[in-house]
Amino acid sequence: MTSRVGVVTFPGSLDDRDAQRAIRLAGAEPVALWHRDKDLHQVDAVVLPGGFSYGDYLRAGAISRFSPVMATIIEQAKLGMPVLGICNGFQVLTESHLLPGAMLRNNHLHFICRDQKLRVENATTAWTTDYQAGQEISVPLKNMDGRYTADARTIDELESEGRVVFRYLASGPNEVGNPNGSINDIAGITNAAGNVVGLMPHPEHAVEPLVGTGGTDGLGFFTSVLKQLVSS
Amino acid sequence: MARVVVDVMLKPEILDPQGQAVQRALPRLGFTGIADVRQGKRFELELEGPVDDAALARIREAAETFLANTVIEDFTVRVEETS
Repeated sequence: MTSRVGVVTFPGSLDDRDAQRAIRLAGAEPVALWHRDKDLHQVDAVVLPGGFSYGDYLRAGAISRFSPVMATIIEQAKLGMPVLGICNGFQVLTESHLLPGAMLRNNHLHFICRDQKLRVENATTAWTTDYQAGQEISVPLKNMDGRYTADARTIDELESEGRVVFRYLASGPNEVGNPNGSINDIAGITNAAGNVVGLMPHPEHAVEPLVGTGGTDGLGFFTSVLKQLVSS
Repeated sequence: MARVVVDVMLKPEILDPQGQAVQRALPRLGFTGIADVRQGKRFELELEGPVDDAALARIREAAETFLANTVIEDFTVRVEETS
């Protein structure tokens, strides 16, 4: 049976269709989930896509966290269901406290949109087993509030437990690798169980040679979770 | 009608580039002598009923779970009498 991966659409989501397409290209069945519907329609995993859910009016992700669908996702994530939060989805995950820390306005106050080089630091999470630890990938980055922060104790815990999953890298000698002032160049993290992953860059935009970075470096997220679902 | 004001500020240890941008602009506009600027949010909540302990407790709960993200922000709650 084909694995079913849900993609939530909040009012203001932008990248839900791209996420669905990436899931289909990886060989799973994408299932559209609606923010007001508590029912997850028997999906095996969930992607929270990028965008500006509820306009980010209060803080990025702050209002989405209280939507009916999130109540069920929080419950299921705690039971081990794989959840991936991309960009705004990462912000929703920190606001939901499924991942520690918080996201702040970029330190230079500008919206940034570029191809971003990343190092995969942890290739054991539900969403990264198709990568190698230390592998460098390139995926698009586009956000306003991408500066990851947490208190010193949380950062120590993330670092010592290997829960920093992705770190920003410079793609050349003239580029600053860290695009937003994020602590320790953190681009993405995971929870202790490894089923919940959040990152600011957009792997779903790097799954076909024709568009995005022109590479398929992002496809591994979706093939990783598919393998995990098939083997479990 | 009673008004409750919730002020939300980034914690002191969190870098506030918006406040810094304002601070840099001030001397250019002739406003000198300002050592630091932090920018925050102010919510004015108009209550339908009286401001009693129960109402204030609910507002504190709203501030803690929703209006502020206590990972990065502090908040204060105070009552403002309106005529």
